[in-house]
Amino acid sequence: METTVAHLKRGQRGIIKEFTENLLPIKLLELGCLPGNIVELVQVAPLNDPIYINVNGSHIAIRREMALHIALDIIEDNVVI
Amino acid sequence: MSKQINVALIGNPNTGKTSVFNQLTGLNQKVGNYPGITVEKKEGICKLPRGVKAHILDLPGTYSLNTTSLDESVAVELLLNKNDKDHPDVAIVVSDVENLKRNLLLFTQIKDLKIPTILVINMADRMSRKGITIDIELLEKKLNSKIALVSTRKETGIEKLRELIADYKSLPKTQNVNISVIAPDYFEKLSTTFPKEDVYKLWLVITQDVNFMPLEKTLFKDATSFATKSKSELKRLQQKETILRYQFINGILKETYKVDVNAAKGFRATLDKVLTHKVFGYLIFFLILLTIFQAIYGWSEYPMDLIDGFFASATEWVKNTLPPGVFTNLIAEGILSGIGGIVIFIPQIAFLFLFIALLEETGYMSRVVFLMDRIMRPFGLSGKSVVPLISGTACAIPAVMATRTIENWKERLITILVTPFTTCSARLPVYLIIIALVIPEGSFLGLSYKALTLMSLYLMGFGAAILSAVILNKILKIKSKSFFVVEMPNYKLPLLKNVGYTVLEKTKSFVFGAGKIILAISIILWFLGSNGSSDEFKNAETIVTNRVEQEGFSTSSEIYFDTHQDGLDINNPNASDQQKELEERALAQEIAGYKLEHSYMGHMGKAIEPIVRPLGYDWKIGIAVITSFAAREVFVGTLATIYSVGNDEEETIKNRMAAEVNPRTQKPLFNLASGVSLLLFYAFAMQCMSTLAVVKRETNSWKWPAGQLVFMSLFAYIVALIAYQLLK
Repeated sequence: METTVAHLKRGQRGIIKEFTENLLPIKLLELGCLPGNIVELVQVAPLNDPIYINVNGSHIAIRREMALHIALDIIEDNVVI
Repeated sequence: MSKQINVALIGNPNTGKTSVFNQLTGLNQKVGNYPGITVEKKEGICKLPRGVKAHILDLPGTYSLNTTSLDESVAVELLLNKNDKDHPDVAIVVSDVENLKRNLLLFTQIKDLKIPTILVINMADRMSRKGITIDIELLEKKLNSKIALVSTRKETGIEKLRELIADYKSLPKTQNVNISVIAPDYFEKLSTTFPKEDVYKLWLVITQDVNFMPLEKTLFKDATSFATKSKSELKRLQQKETILRYQFINGILKETYKVDVNAAKGFRATLDKVLTHKVFGYLIFFLILLTIFQAIYGWSEYPMDLIDGFFASATEWVKNTLPPGVFTNLIAEGILSGIGGIVIFIPQIAFLFLFIALLEETGYMSRVVFLMDRIMRPFGLSGKSVVPLISGTACAIPAVMATRTIENWKERLITILVTPFTTCSARLPVYLIIIALVIPEGSFLGLSYKALTLMSLYLMGFGAAILSAVILNKILKIKSKSFFVVEMPNYKLPLLKNVGYTVLEKTKSFVFGAGKIILAISIILWFLGSNGSSDEFKNAETIVTNRVEQEGFSTSSEIYFDTHQDGLDINNPNASDQQKELEERALAQEIAGYKLEHSYMGHMGKAIEPIVRPLGYDWKIGIAVITSFAAREVFVGTLATIYSVGNDEEETIKNRMAAEVNPRTQKPLFNLASGVSLLLFYAFAMQCMSTLAVVKRETNSWKWPAGQLVFMSLFAYIVALIAYQLLK
C-alpha cells in the first residue's frame, strides 16, 4: 500500500508525490497542498480523526478519508532539508 | 455629485478583511442579503481624500476564484459581470503578512481579470515578531500593482490605502499569469471561437462548480457548451493552473519575502497541544461552554428583567395617559408587548455573539471544530454544528443565526432544523410549574424525582435533535459537496472593535429581520384575545359584576385571597382598605378571564378542544397552547388570565391549577398523565414564532419553517398522546 498523509505520525514530515483521487477539493490545492511541497502532521484529533497538518505554511485540518488520497514520500528524521 | 468609486474587498478568510472593512467605513455600513439567496451582503461608504466617496463591498471570504460554495460564487459573479451595479472599479485583495503566498494566488486571479487591483498586506505589526521582511517596492514592481502595508490593530496604513483607492485610475490593468500555457491548443480554440472575450474569463465560467445566475448564463451560453473536456480533465487543468500560479508566486517571493525561521514559533504549537488534547481539550471546551451558558442564562437575566419592567411600565403609562379605547389597547397590548417580545431577546443574542465573536477572533473556534468533528459526523453534522446546537439550550434564535459559519448548506440546514429541539430557556417556566404540580415528592439515588424529570427533559431534547438529524441526513437530497478542509488560523488577541461590530450587526439583523414577523403575530394574537363578537364578550363587565354580587367570588378568587391573606393584618387600620383593593383586583381578574373565554381566542380554544382532549387537556389549556405559540413562556401567563389570577404570581397560579377539576372525570385536571403529556408536548412542539421567523430569514424560504412547524407539532402531539393514554 502506498504511503499517504494519513500514515504520518505526529511531527513526521513528507513530500507530497501525487493525488490518487482526481476529485480532491480544489480548496486543498489552493491552500498549498500541491505535489512537491512538504507536509507535516501537527496534531491528531482525540478520536484519531480529523488530522491537522501544516503544508506550505498553511495549517489545515482535514479528514482521514481525504488524507488517504494524498500520496507522499516520508522524510526520514535523520535527513536534513 | 461625482460618481462613487465602486470598491470590492476580497480575500481569504482570517486575513482581517473585516477589520479593514470596519476601518474604512466605520459605522457607515449596512448588512443585508443578496437578492434571493442567503449570502450576507456587507457594504459601506468610505470617505476618500479630495471629497471623493467610495462604495465598499465586503465580499465573502474565498481562497480563490474557483468557487465551491454559493458564497464564493457571489464574489466571482460580481467580478465577471460588468453590468452589475456593484461591479468594482477597483478590487482590494486583503492578505495577512504570514500567509502572503497563498493570498497571492487569489490576487493573481483577480489581476488576470484585468481589474485594477490593490494589495493590502494586513497585520504588518506582526512582521518583526515573526521575523518577516518584505521588499515592498520590488514586490509592487513584480506584481505590477500598488501595495498598502496595513495594521488594523495599530491603525496604520489605512490613510495610504484611501489614497490608493482615490487614485485607482493610475493602476495598471495588466495580467500577471498567462494561463494559456497549461493547455495551448484548448485555449487557442477558445479565443478563436470567442474573439471578443478574454480567455481567462471564459475559463472561469467553464470551470465553475456552482451555476451562475441567469444573466451570466445567457452571456456565456455558448462558452459552457464549449466545455467539451470531461470533468476530471477540467479538474486536472485547474490543478495545473494552481501549480502554474504558485510557480509565478514562488519566483517573486524568493526575491522579496524573507522569513527568519528562528523567530518565535512555539506559542502556537504549545497552545495547540493543550487546546486539542484528548482530556484537557474537552475540559477547556466544557468550561468555556459553561461560561457561555451562564452568560446567556444567568447574566442576561438582569437586562431582561429591566426590559420587561420597562415595557410593563410603558404599557401602564400608555393605558393611563391616552384616552381609553381600541387604539390605546392596540398600542399598549398589541404593539408595545410585541416590541417588548422582540427586545427581550437582545441580551441573550448579544451575549452569545459576544462569545462567538471572541472565539472566532482568537482562532479557538477552529480547534473546537477539530475536536468535535468526528463525534458529530455519524449524525450528518460536522464539528461546526456544535456551537449552534449547544447555544440552542439557551435560546434557539441566536443559535440558528450562529449556523452561518457552516459552509456546507446541507449540514447547515440540518443544524437549523434540529436546533429548536434542544431545551431552550423559554421552556423552563412551563416545565417548572408543571413539574411542581404533578411530579410526586421522593427521590431515587439521592436525586429527587423532580430534578430527574427536568434532566430527562433536557436529554430528550438533545435526543430528538440528534435523531432528527440522522433522519434528515438520510432523506434530504441536497447536492452539496461534503468536504472538510478547515483552516487552523494562528492564535490572536481579539480586536474588541471587531467583536463589537459583530454583536451590533447580529442584534440588528435579528431586530429588523425576525422582529417584523414577531410583531405582526403578536398583534394578531392580541386582536384574537381582546375581541369577540358574542354578547357575553361585549357585556362581560356587567355579567361578571352581577354574578359576583349574587354568588360571590369564584374559587379562583378565593384562592387568590387565601394566598394574600398573610399580608393582611386585622389590627391594621388600613386592613379594610387592603381587603377592598384585593376584591377590586379579583373582580378585574375575573372580568379579564371571562372576556378571554368569550373572545375569538376563547372560541378557538373551544374549537380545538376535541383535538387536545385525547392529550388530557381542556379548552383552557387549549387557549394557552395557542397563545404560547408566540413564545412558550406565555403559557403560564395565559393560564393565569383564564383562571382569573393576577399575572406573575406563581404560587397563586400553582394553587389555582392544582384546584382545577376535570368536569368529565371529576379528578384534578393536572394529574400525572396530563402533566407528563404537557411536558412532552412542550419539549417537542415548535411553540415559538420567533424561531420560525429566524429560520425563515436564514433559509430564505417559508418551506423550511413550515415543515419544521408541522413535523415538530405532529411529533409532539403523538408523543403526548401516547404518554397520556398510557398513564391515565
